[in-house]
Amino acid sequence: MTLWLMAGLLFTPLAWAVLTLLTDFRWGRLVTWAGILVQILVSLGLWLTVAEGGGFYYGLGGWDAPLGIELRVDGLAVTFVLLTAVVASACGWHAGVYIDPEKPWHRYFWPLFWFLWAGLNAVWLGGDLFNLYVGLELISLSAVGLVALGGKAGALRASIRYLLAALLGSLAYLLGVALIYGQFGTLSIAGVSFWLAEHPTPTGSGLALALMVAGLALKTALFPLHQWLPPAHGIAKSPVSALLSALVVKASFYVAARLWLEFGESIGNLAVAQLLGLLGSGAVVWGSWLACRQQQLKQVVAYSSVAQIGYLFLLFPLTFSVSEAVSLQAQQGITLQVISHALAKAAMFLAAGNLILSVGSNRVDALAGVSRFLPFSLFSFSLAGVSLMSLPPTGGFAAKWLLLQASLGSGQWWWVGVLLAGGLLSATYVFRIFRASLRENPETDQFYHPARSLEVIPMILALLALGLGLMSDQVLTVMALPFEEEGAP
Amino acid sequence: MTLTAWMPVFALMTSFIASLVIFVLPEKGYRLRTAVNLGAALMKLVLVIVMVWGVFRGVDYGVRFTMVPGVEFVLKADALAMMFAGLSAVLWLLTTIYAVGYLEDSPNRSRFFGFFSLCVASTTGIALAGNLFTFFLFYEMLTLSTYPLVVHRGTEKALRAGRTYLIYTLTGGAVLLLSIAWLHGVAGDLLFREGGHFIDADPAIHTSLIIIFILLVAGLGVKAAVFPLHGWLPQAMVAPAPVSALLHAVAVVKAGAFGIVRVVYNVYGITPSSTLGLLQPLAWLAAFTMIYGSVRALAQVDLKRLLAFSTVSQVSYIILGICLFGPVGAAGGLVHLLHQGIMKITLFFCAGNYAETLGIHRIDEMDGAGRRMPGTSLAFTIGAFGMIGAPPLAGFITKWTMGTGALAANMDWVIAVLVLSSLLNAAYFLPILHRLWFREAQGEWPNERHWGRLETSAWLFWPPLFTAVVTVLVGVLASLPFSPLSWAELIVLREYSP
Repeated sequence: MTLWLMAGLLFTPLAWAVLTLLTDFRWGRLVTWAGILVQILVSLGLWLTVAEGGGFYYGLGGWDAPLGIELRVDGLAVTFVLLTAVVASACGWHAGVYIDPEKPWHRYFWPLFWFLWAGLNAVWLGGDLFNLYVGLELISLSAVGLVALGGKAGALRASIRYLLAALLGSLAYLLGVALIYGQFGTLSIAGVSFWLAEHPTPTGSGLALALMVAGLALKTALFPLHQWLPPAHGIAKSPVSALLSALVVKASFYVAARLWLEFGESIGNLAVAQLLGLLGSGAVVWGSWLACRQQQLKQVVAYSSVAQIGYLFLLFPLTFSVSEAVSLQAQQGITLQVISHALAKAAMFLAAGNLILSVGSNRVDALAGVSRFLPFSLFSFSLAGVSLMSLPPTGGFAAKWLLLQASLGSGQWWWVGVLLAGGLLSATYVFRIFRASLRENPETDQFYHPARSLEVIPMILALLALGLGLMSDQVLTVMALPFEEEGAP
Repeated sequence: MTLTAWMPVFALMTSFIASLVIFVLPEKGYRLRTAVNLGAALMKLVLVIVMVWGVFRGVDYGVRFTMVPGVEFVLKADALAMMFAGLSAVLWLLTTIYAVGYLEDSPNRSRFFGFFSLCVASTTGIALAGNLFTFFLFYEMLTLSTYPLVVHRGTEKALRAGRTYLIYTLTGGAVLLLSIAWLHGVAGDLLFREGGHFIDADPAIHTSLIIIFILLVAGLGVKAAVFPLHGWLPQAMVAPAPVSALLHAVAVVKAGAFGIVRVVYNVYGITPSSTLGLLQPLAWLAAFTMIYGSVRALAQVDLKRLLAFSTVSQVSYIILGICLFGPVGAAGGLVHLLHQGIMKITLFFCAGNYAETLGIHRIDEMDGAGRRMPGTSLAFTIGAFGMIGAPPLAGFITKWTMGTGALAANMDWVIAVLVLSSLLNAAYFLPILHRLWFREAQGEWPNERHWGRLETSAWLFWPPLFTAVVTVLVGVLASLPFSPLSWAELIVLREYSP
């Protein structure tokens, strides 16, 4: 059973990428929708398997490490696999209706979409540094392609900028990987951490970790390396923006977090941990501030991503030389933040896409009166906004609560201010949109009504973000499942 | 789980599901929407009555599950909870009836009634919350669901008021969250419990407890409109009259006051609050707010703004009442939670009637309105006399009980505050009554409408009269069982001898 699930999970995206390469947009859409179904089923199956029996190492094709590719299938990884399935399906479904099939270059949407999905799964499950690199590259390149599909000159400029940033990040990461290989003679994360447990930390490994984390921070758009993100996410088609903000930036963060949690305690140091937390705080404040000042709706949402990503980097100080309990709280909080932001931000971008479609303009001012004509999409947007403001009962709130507890519990009270201020600032930019759309404007009475399915999808995602808050304990239980270490080299 | 466990959930769900249904219903489905609204409100009232009876006999209603690791979501019905839930259930029904008439033929009604029900669902949640975490959950939900009501008209002024409202309440919410999280770190997950949790608190955490208390009161004080955090309330008056009525009588302002009661009684406990020296400063603050609100009300020319400042003053009666150490004064404060709600909603209904029927907004336009609208004016008069504290109306019961309590608690200065506040109440209400009944109308009304036989639409006419009658009854029948006063005494009895 596991064999089939793993095969389905890893094989379908690649196979479908090739398949859709051969078709036009409409056929690609049909093929994709079938593929989405398969992916959902296998992701759910794998999640249930792990939820029942605990995690395991999986040697691809029967080859174990160090020869073969070894995958680490634990509770966290399968949760993210499932999250990817949910968000990507929603975006794929939305894109099939949203994207204009007449433009010839749009047929490349589907292969890129599937390559992206393949890369994401590879990253969630990857067990060694080089495979993670390959996964990240696959993600970056297809993401850049997707941004470029926007078709306008601005989209090309944004995608080139994105490409340069991604490549630079990859380069730094790869350099770090090379250094690690030189020092430890293995690329397996488990192998390195096994080695570290037995031996004293070799000098210079700090540099390797710093390079990798810096490269990944650039790919995650950590302040002040975030400049590439808003143009790219803002100008891409709405389903693409949703994918990028919800999942793509999380992939590189996930790798950085895995590295930190495995090696941080022995290789990292307090200054680095605090610095990363500080940069994250900077992102929260500066990103939200800029989000408040944007004139374009999608730019607001994009800058909000910069801010929300900032919270994730509180993981570093809150897990470094603190008690077991605090570290667990912080990890749980960050995990919830990743999931809830993914769901809420995807919902928000898709809903924003609907609003833009309806009023025919990307400007915030143009939204006047839309509350009467498109209340449903506006409601999805606001519901997602509630999660971003981290107000109860959403997933964002559960995350913030755990992070608050971790900050107070570890005596690092300065992060409390960031968490609270971040919530208020995000309320400012969300309500700015709300305010603009509640305004009654007698002149504009021309509204285009998007297809019903376009309106339903963001609502589903927003409701999931909301429900996550109520169910967060159950979700976190799966992640804390025992992991059988037998495959560890 | 048994039926008793589910009762609070049902009570919550009636308004929540009503809200969802209303959102989905088309804008034109006027009859169906009204039916859903009134049906849900009636059902909720029945559920609450059943639970009141159950709580009186000592049945434990409650449900709990772990929501976030380390914290539980708890719904629980105790005597205090039922007091607030009962208030919200009764007033929801009345306000819904009123709002149906008030918003006849205006746009965006589906949105309005959807959020209106959501707002009541939040209020019920606040009432039934069993710990601070759950309380906070619904407290923030209330903020979000009232915002669209405040800005309902979509005018520039409404949007500005909405922004002020959000700045105040969300900041207050952030402070509240901080204090709840901190308290959770210091003392763990604290269920609301009669007598509180800190009877024998470790002296090492006393300082933290005091700071946390200040933060809690600051966070809750925003909604309770305690000076100097009251700035949003008069501005929020741009909202439609039913919203103002609900906001003042039960939802927002009361949620803050109720939260402070919960903190003092069921988290800290009345005795520990007193020994930590927390009650005295809070009492001063409340007393100051009482006077301040009345003084500001004197200077108002707009009727709704005057009522808003009157609320600022009246809500602090509740806070002052619970700060009087002793069962009598406490009962006086608690009972005002209900009394103020009933009286204030009467006044707001009447203000809405004058505005809708005659186009009157300012006080100097009210000359002679008593002859044109005798029913409404009668209700207004009863409400105003109640606020002043004339016997045997609801307000008198409050003030009398509080005064007796203040003497018992050796806080004689409170008597002076009560007297001064009553004089001020009289000073701003009596001139209005004089205008209503004893002056000639100044000619044409600003914007008059006619509804046939009654002085105004029947939907608008009956609710204020009903609440006016209740204002009289709760005063006259205060010593009967299940009157607000007896219920408040039951709560206090359980708090002082847990």
